[in-house]
Amino acid sequence: MSMSRSRVRAIFRKELREYRRNSGIVWAMTIFPLIFLIQPLFLVLALPASESASLSHRHLLLYMLGIPSLVPATLAAYAVVGERQQATLEPVLTTPIRREEFLLGKALASFVPSVAISYVVYAVFLACVGLFARPGVASALIRGPEILSQVLLTPLLAAWSNWVGIAISARSSDVRVAQQLGILVSLPAAAMTSLIAFDVIHATLGLALGLVAALLLADGLGWRILAATFDRERLVTGTRS
Amino acid sequence: MRSHSWATPNGKRGAPALSVHSLTKCFGDRVAFQDVTFEIGYGEVFGFLGPNGAGKTTTVRTLGTLVAPTSGSATVAGIPLTSENGVAIRRRIAIMPESPGLYLRLSVAENLECFAGLYEAPDPNDRFDRALRAVNLTDRAHDVCGALSKGLRQRVALARALLSDPEVLFLDEPTSGLDPVAAREVHDLIDGLRRRGVTIFLTTHRLEEAERLCDRVAILNTTLRTIGRPDELRDQLFGKTLTVRTLVPLPERGRVFAGLPAVVGWHQDSTGAYVLAVSESAVAAPAVTRALVASGADVLSISELHHSLEDVYLKLIGGNKEADRR
Repeated sequence: MSMSRSRVRAIFRKELREYRRNSGIVWAMTIFPLIFLIQPLFLVLALPASESASLSHRHLLLYMLGIPSLVPATLAAYAVVGERQQATLEPVLTTPIRREEFLLGKALASFVPSVAISYVVYAVFLACVGLFARPGVASALIRGPEILSQVLLTPLLAAWSNWVGIAISARSSDVRVAQQLGILVSLPAAAMTSLIAFDVIHATLGLALGLVAALLLADGLGWRILAATFDRERLVTGTRS
Repeated sequence: MRSHSWATPNGKRGAPALSVHSLTKCFGDRVAFQDVTFEIGYGEVFGFLGPNGAGKTTTVRTLGTLVAPTSGSATVAGIPLTSENGVAIRRRIAIMPESPGLYLRLSVAENLECFAGLYEAPDPNDRFDRALRAVNLTDRAHDVCGALSKGLRQRVALARALLSDPEVLFLDEPTSGLDPVAAREVHDLIDGLRRRGVTIFLTTHRLEEAERLCDRVAILNTTLRTIGRPDELRDQLFGKTLTVRTLVPLPERGRVFAGLPAVVGWHQDSTGAYVLAVSESAVAAPAVTRALVASGADVLSISELHHSLEDVYLKLIGGNKEADRR
């Protein structure tokens, strides 16, 4: 089966246009990154230089992995149920689009902005720490392995959050319920990254590699399960085929 | 059902645009429609009538590959209706659902651009220019759909359905909720599409709309009740009738009407008019006129009673409300 780039692109572009004009989605895309940026920033900027030694056991930079854990689910929750509520799903499904093309277009539309926001917020955080943190604190916090972890884990977490959001959206009848459920189901991933950030779970190379492997597996399975269970008939008629 | 040889879009004789045989769709124990059989030729406007819940929309969704049939078979635009052929069928057809289903935050052009991409239109700009011209919306291309009236939204939805140059166009209640002027515009558009040779499958509640636009109609109430040209259906269900009004009652009406050619029987209705059942109006009417004049009757009018498609519909559906109860 070959996928049509034109159809995936049509869904992707349409979604981005809709996001831009939907204040609810713009808020959702703004509020989580702000929460995850401001709270650790205040914490770090208030730290005295004498605390820098204790920071070697903490991985505050990983705290911001909460953004790719939560934002995609919030956006993706709108993907299918939003179309159903607007009665736009049926016209789309009557075109030659395949379910995989539809899902990929939707997934990219929530994945790309979420990952971009995550990286931008992370870059802003690093810049603020580098510029405004007390001497010693910045050098204790900004470490190569953590930046690498952030860069690698961000898209993997975002993809997982995405599949969860779309899966919930395809089975919900209300956008708000889908968003709340999406956040709820994404919370364990966000909690896990927070526990690592505050050294409740001790970060090791093995743990990082294990997380990457687990997320790769979960992302692959998530795509396959979602594509297999996407039921055109149920979505259009509200009844199982 | 008699098989036909239909004209294809390029003028050749060949398979019908739509061929449906014993098609049935059930949702669990509930029967949406059952044992539906019909054929539609290329370029035909086919009306699909029936009460709410009769299975019209589900039939359209089934033929549009959105819903899988429970049993039976069909070919749509020459392609067998199977799940593997879904994409191929949807390339050749377009469906305009009852609700326009537009992205209300996007402009008319952005809506059409999205669908041109979904149909992989090779020349999208030309396609939506043509589609917008067809529905007289060229000057509204940059308006946000949410700001358009219901009638204009319906026209945008029709433009969207025309983007793919479909061989078969399914229109599900295209004038539902429209005022008479907007409905008339949609009728004119359908007329224009018919002239271009597009096969149109029109589901509607508006019987006068079906009578005006459709070459043939089918009446569905879970099962197919009848199918044919509107005038054929009228003739099948109602005999030809002449109504005679006179200034005063005829003194010897039995003698006036008896033995006239093509007059099968007669009775006087509650208004005092004489209702004559005739086998052929063109033969009976002159003979009745001559007989009335010869008898010295003061004739007010002699008219042929026309039954509408509504009469046909009510006769077939009126006494059977099973769809409404579901």
